[in-house]
Amino acid sequence: MRNPLSQQVIDIKPSGIRKFFDIVSEMKDAISLGVGEPDFDTPWHIRDEGIYSLEKGRTFYTSNAGLKELKIEICNYLSRRFQLEYDYNEEVIVTVGGSEAIDIGLRAMLEPGDEVLIPQPCYVSYEPCTILAGGKPVIIELKNENQFRLTPQEILDAVTEKTKVLILAFPNNPTGAIMERKDLEAIAKVIIEKDLFVISDEIYSELSYAEKHVSIANIPGMRERTIVINGFSKSFAMTGWRLGYACGPEPIITQMVKIHQFAIMCAPTTSQYAAVEALKNGDEDVQRMKEAYNQRRRYLIHVFKELNLECFEPFGAFYVFPCIKEFGMTSEEFATRFLEEEKVAVVPGTAFGDCGEGFLRISYAYSMEDLKLAIGRFADFVKRLRAE
Amino acid sequence: MREELLMVIEKNSRIDLKELAVILGVEEIDIVNELADMEKEGIICGYHTLIDWDKTSIDKVTALIEVRVTPQRGHGFDTIAERIYKYPEVRAVYLISGGYDLLIILDGKNLREVSTFVSDKLSTQESVLSTATHFILKKYKDHGTIFDKKDVDERMVITP
Repeated sequence: MRNPLSQQVIDIKPSGIRKFFDIVSEMKDAISLGVGEPDFDTPWHIRDEGIYSLEKGRTFYTSNAGLKELKIEICNYLSRRFQLEYDYNEEVIVTVGGSEAIDIGLRAMLEPGDEVLIPQPCYVSYEPCTILAGGKPVIIELKNENQFRLTPQEILDAVTEKTKVLILAFPNNPTGAIMERKDLEAIAKVIIEKDLFVISDEIYSELSYAEKHVSIANIPGMRERTIVINGFSKSFAMTGWRLGYACGPEPIITQMVKIHQFAIMCAPTTSQYAAVEALKNGDEDVQRMKEAYNQRRRYLIHVFKELNLECFEPFGAFYVFPCIKEFGMTSEEFATRFLEEEKVAVVPGTAFGDCGEGFLRISYAYSMEDLKLAIGRFADFVKRLRAE
Repeated sequence: MREELLMVIEKNSRIDLKELAVILGVEEIDIVNELADMEKEGIICGYHTLIDWDKTSIDKVTALIEVRVTPQRGHGFDTIAERIYKYPEVRAVYLISGGYDLLIILDGKNLREVSTFVSDKLSTQESVLSTATHFILKKYKDHGTIFDKKDVDERMVITP
């Protein structure tokens, strides 16, 4: 029999997260600071709307690009929250999570051999999706001393004539870094000069604790070369509903809809009805959850300061990214020992790119009580390592 | 910071001041002053504990009593409300819009104690026209807190 597999797929490295997940799963009664999703349940009025849509028998397909009502609400929301103006009819597609939008966005835009700039540490899917779309990932290693923000010089250093797309993911998973308006203006200049397109993954846009989140599509000259990706998972605590969306110039969205139509057909209908309710009446929920995250964020930063642990203050998402280089261990060694000795799971920074070496991703998507317990053990562990 | 502070202590009034200062991103002394101010201004009226008495050995029944009254010239409902809330067993008195006027929440040891209160003390008030007493059979949720809720984290331990 012939080899049934694609060499390209075989060559893709399995996610570093997966490897660590297997180790943690073996460990009984480990507690975790390793999740990348909210600890809140989806607000009840949103869940109720999903249930209602099932009761009403709305179990059909929707149009490929998504329910008209939802696309209109998405446009209202983006305009209201981030001053982004899109035409619901031609410039919006509802997807199966932000993840699908990343995948089809890349597939719609890349020619074989096109280079994609991927600033790391970052979410795990950009690199494999680029490869699967026939592109060539070019990694930009973001620096702790820049608070893991992307600088124009870093783009210039990585750009070639083959560079087509830059993936921008701020507020960032795993670092918690944000890009403020001034940072975006600085890189926009270079992006326009080099005629690049941007896929801007703004899934954590509501979780920005400094200035209000600014989308790069809002910087003059950028709207026509940007796909904005967002979704319901983080802001409305709706990860399991698998619902996201992409907005951008009509020619790109039209081609994305084509791929989506053949690969997916349409996003889950129940989720789409629930999402309409989320956008209509969920702003207060978003703020309530954001305030809770912010309190925990301040708490963690305070503990790290007291521990004298190097950690830049992250202003986004629900992660902190402390540096553990002082202990002379790799991230994976540190995380493994911490798990074995204190039974707490954190994710090694290397799961998000090689330049995550020397860092840990600690999630604060946990109740204050759980967080205190786990961070107490972290503090004990750090003190013990220093005494060794 | 006032609203944020109130939101936190409404859920947990026992939180220690140092932690409160950390999570709100302010100095401890500011918290102390703000709390003192709000106590003086009557914004903070007390620090109570939410107890599920059903789980204790103490017998307790709670009743909601709807009361229709004749308002008094110059005092409206205030005088009669005051006469009622002075009884220590009365936990709450609200002026209500709709089919009746006052809603009373009353704690008693048993049904008899509650009915004695209604017949002897409440109905005999001059301006009380009628009462309707409802006994609470089970408390599912009180003060925003769900009783008997099991909080199990079912998320996968590590996700990207």
